[in-house]
Amino acid sequence: MSLKELKNNWLASLMDIANLLNVYHWRGAYTLFKKETLRFWRVAFQTIASPVLTALLYLLIFSHVLQGHVQVYKNVPYTAFLIPGLIMMSLLQNSFANSSSSLIQSKVMGNIIFILLTPLTYLQFFVAFLAASIVRGFMVGLSIYLVAIWFVGLPITYPIWILIFALLGSALLGTFGIIAGIWADKFDQMAAFQNFVIMPLTFLSGVFYSIHSLPPFWQVVSKFNPFFYMIDGFRYGFFGQGDISPWISLGVVAAFLFGLAWVALKMLKSGYRLRG
Amino acid sequence: MPDNQIDKTVPAIHIKNVHKHFGGLHALNGIDLTIQQGEFFALLGPNGAGKSTLINILAGLLKATQGKVSVMGHDVVDDYQAARMALGVVPQELVFDPFFNVREMLRFQAGYFGKGKENDAWIDEVIENLGLTDKAHTNMRKLSGGMKRRALIAQALAHKPPVIVLDEPTAGVDVELRQMLWGFIKKLNADGHTIILTTHYLEEAETLCERVAMMKQGKIVALDTTSNLLKKLAGKNLRLTLGDAMLPAALLPMLKSGECGIYTLALNEPNQLEFVLSELRKAKVVIEDMQLFEADLEDVFMSLVGGK
Repeated sequence: MSLKELKNNWLASLMDIANLLNVYHWRGAYTLFKKETLRFWRVAFQTIASPVLTALLYLLIFSHVLQGHVQVYKNVPYTAFLIPGLIMMSLLQNSFANSSSSLIQSKVMGNIIFILLTPLTYLQFFVAFLAASIVRGFMVGLSIYLVAIWFVGLPITYPIWILIFALLGSALLGTFGIIAGIWADKFDQMAAFQNFVIMPLTFLSGVFYSIHSLPPFWQVVSKFNPFFYMIDGFRYGFFGQGDISPWISLGVVAAFLFGLAWVALKMLKSGYRLRG
Repeated sequence: MPDNQIDKTVPAIHIKNVHKHFGGLHALNGIDLTIQQGEFFALLGPNGAGKSTLINILAGLLKATQGKVSVMGHDVVDDYQAARMALGVVPQELVFDPFFNVREMLRFQAGYFGKGKENDAWIDEVIENLGLTDKAHTNMRKLSGGMKRRALIAQALAHKPPVIVLDEPTAGVDVELRQMLWGFIKKLNADGHTIILTTHYLEEAETLCERVAMMKQGKIVALDTTSNLLKKLAGKNLRLTLGDAMLPAALLPMLKSGECGIYTLALNEPNQLEFVLSELRKAKVVIEDMQLFEADLEDVFMSLVGGK
């Protein structure tokens, strides 16, 4: 790429961002965000209530079996330790589910055409889907928190870390969901993605345990899992202690987010699997 | 009504040397087409001729391998936002969003184009004109096929585009709806909207459209006013009722169809009638009945597009 092309590319990207800030165009992106938010809200029983119930069942069972047997941090009962992990796990899974299932559904049903026919830019498309994913992740996470604190005392040491990791985590998985939703052509492929990538990564990330309790080999493996950093950083906000420094987690999570956002924007800009 | 500030000399659609290849398949082979503002235009052709591919390129759903396309003077690639603002497309398939009702969908659709509350009066007008008033609060999923088709048309009109493309709008639609639909679209055309449609119903194109393009294997094989096409390319048809007698062999090349002793012959020139009669006399065939009638667009279509 020549210097001039590079400059033009940058200018074009800046123009896209300027376009997004323009009120007239802002309305288009806001409409898409509103539609995506209403879409999951219309089926809130499935998209909010059921993941909250699932998380609470995990809490009930694991705390019943393991309470008193396992202590991860000093002065932190196992049930309290478990809650931030479950909140983050549900928040991440639902952020992913929102963008990915909306995209695969509208692709299979064919109604994605209504968005493709509009003057919405690829950046507006991305921001609208991402924001709706974040909203769903937060609604699920907050619901679990509000129910759980009725039963278990949970300290909040650094609220800012809690917010930062909830925001970055839901954004990361929302972006990942956009990529998966664009890539997959069938529900079957999406289910595979969810069960063979998202589920193992969340379950093996330290939701239910500290990675210090693992054999050395698995501790190293865990450190290659981005979910580990999101959950550890989030938990740090509650207890003021974690497996690693929240600053390292912040760096890793932000790097992953930028990388995935770059991929998603490239896909959307080129029209990959959306425009022939 | 389309914006008054629009320069009326800018063509509604301008297509220049457009090619589209899907791997080895050449779906479009050099299409050139200009449609002026305010036209009622039909794009005809058999399945696989490339009509939908051309429309998808126009709408930005596909990228042309080569060539340029503009809508109201805006290039569909370089200036895609302005081009899409000017265009409303009714897709061929009955697609819908199962989460929302008709009015919600229409407001969302207009919103994507940057339109807000000020546009609601237009949406109500579209709903009323398409006979959707009773169904405005019904979920898209619960609509019948005909109602879904109306909602689909309403969605394409939600942002009040000056150019409207309808891809097979009357496929599988009953007569009543078809008439109501055409009534409304004619009204839009009279208000200054440019209408482009693809259809399999040739009589629709014949009665509605001023100009027609016929496509075959990714090329435009005929492009003219409907009346010129009928005049230039089609002669007359002669229907003969011959009872039990066989059609003389010399007349077989002219045969269009024949069953139960009733034969239809295509006459390209009026003096061929004399030839037919003399052949029949030579073969001593008695003519029970004879009818001469004008060819229709279907004949033009068959002579250009048909395999014969």
